Amino acid sequence: MIAHAIFFYVFSVIAVVSAIMVTVSKNTVHSVFFLILDFISISCLFIMIGAEFLGMIMLIVYVGAVAVLFLFVVMMLNVAQQKNQWFVSKDSSRHIPIGLLISVIIFFELIIVIGGWKYKPDLFNSAKSSLENGVSNTHSLGQVLYTDYIHVFQISGMILLIAMIGAIVLTFRQREGVKKQSYLKQISRERIESVEVLEVASNKGVKIDD
Amino acid sequence: MEYLNIIFQESYKILFLLVPVLVSVAMIVWLDRRVWAFVQKRQGPNVVGPFGLLQSLADALKYIFKEIIIPASSNKVIFILAPVITMTLALIAWAVIPFGLEQVLADINVGILYIFAVSSLGVYGIIMGGWASNSKYPFLGAIRSAAQMVSYEVSIGIIIINVLLCVGSLNLNDIVVAQKEMWFVIPLFPMFVIFFISSLAETNRPPFDLPEAEAELVAGYQTEYSGMMYAMFWLGEYANILLMCALGSILFLGGWLSPIDLYPFNLIPGALWLIFKILFLFILFALVKAIVPRYRYDQLMRLGWKIFLPLSLIYVVLTASYLFYFNLLPTI
Repeated sequence: MIAHAIFFYVFSVIAVVSAIMVTVSKNTVHSVFFLILDFISISCLFIMIGAEFLGMIMLIVYVGAVAVLFLFVVMMLNVAQQKNQWFVSKDSSRHIPIGLLISVIIFFELIIVIGGWKYKPDLFNSAKSSLENGVSNTHSLGQVLYTDYIHVFQISGMILLIAMIGAIVLTFRQREGVKKQSYLKQISRERIESVEVLEVASNKGVKIDD
Repeated sequence: MEYLNIIFQESYKILFLLVPVLVSVAMIVWLDRRVWAFVQKRQGPNVVGPFGLLQSLADALKYIFKEIIIPASSNKVIFILAPVITMTLALIAWAVIPFGLEQVLADINVGILYIFAVSSLGVYGIIMGGWASNSKYPFLGAIRSAAQMVSYEVSIGIIIINVLLCVGSLNLNDIVVAQKEMWFVIPLFPMFVIFFISSLAETNRPPFDLPEAEAELVAGYQTEYSGMMYAMFWLGEYANILLMCALGSILFLGGWLSPIDLYPFNLIPGALWLIFKILFLFILFALVKAIVPRYRYDQLMRLGWKIFLPLSLIYVVLTASYLFYFNLLPTI
């Protein structure tokens, strides 16, 4: 148990410190790296409480895909320019009250979520009982998602799909005059239609691009 | 005292796994170059040691004695971290690879997800190296590889779902045991082909080695690296290739199972069968490198998103409906 406790405190200290560093560090790319460290230590905490599926999904989705895209965007920005605008000038203090307000709201929401266990104890018990049956939590998670909450699950999938289609529609533009490679056209080209023997009259030439 | 004992035992086991992996990475580099040379009717490395077997060792010695140059305008911490991360991620994934029913370092019940997660983290070594170098070529290479690896991971994930539908467990040993009757390469052959090509793209091997395309990007994200740090990138890359070969042989070629469950084949230990399968897949990797010309970037993206992703999704539906219709779905 001692080793368990030591690992718990190590991971949680790393998580908290790196979460603070995300907001404190001046280089935007560094804050994304701290965010990644935060995700990784949180997934370690998930694994420690026996939710290994959640921990792995956290790694795959957040660290493996979402944070890569974050980095992708942040690296494109001109960090040196940003330093002047956001961190050094006096304007930066203007954002503090709004940020504080949002974080207070999030804090109260978290309290409500945690307090929810008290108002719906059956939820907590059912989650606990499925683990005690000797079924691994991947199986029990799948059973809960695909039987009891199948409609909620599918609705959330639909919402994500709609969001994706919306993003594609917003950024999609068809440009004129772009030469595109058509594989079908290239493969189905025959010699007869691409090569032609012409009689060229002297001093007159031929028109080729018609 | 008991803790110390456990730690000692485990580190002994880890050493027993990692040292062979590192040695075989060195050997596999030699094999890669020999196969490449064989296709092109050359000799390949054949001077150092018998058949040139010690060539990689000589190369490593050379790398150790080279000076490590850190560019003045680079981000030094991240610049040094990048090859370390590549190497670490390539090695930690071997913890869950089963070499036999009992011969596995960590028999965790989400083994396949663990490998998938670790291989999806592999992109960070490249991005960090490319960004921290503070130079144009590495940065372009890093951006290319980020897009490439994220896109091919999607199709690899869906291919893994195909296999998992037939197994009903995320444990790698369960996946191997489920192939006792028939290797998954037979019912899921199209998926095996797509997995093979996607793993070429995932490990930045030719024909998908755009992040380090030497004709346009010098050496991509490795341009500013030298000495042992370059060698670590290189070792990590080959360890990743071996890992993808191991994953392919576990998912589709029956892992440590022998091809035929008959007398003379049974005597060979399972670990050897796994090594044969990894070698077979690796020789395929090397042949592809020698034979196929490099893809253009838009062709690469088209292949990943417009061909592999829909194909593997359709195959998931097919597999699921087949299993459901014939009542073959695995029970928990």
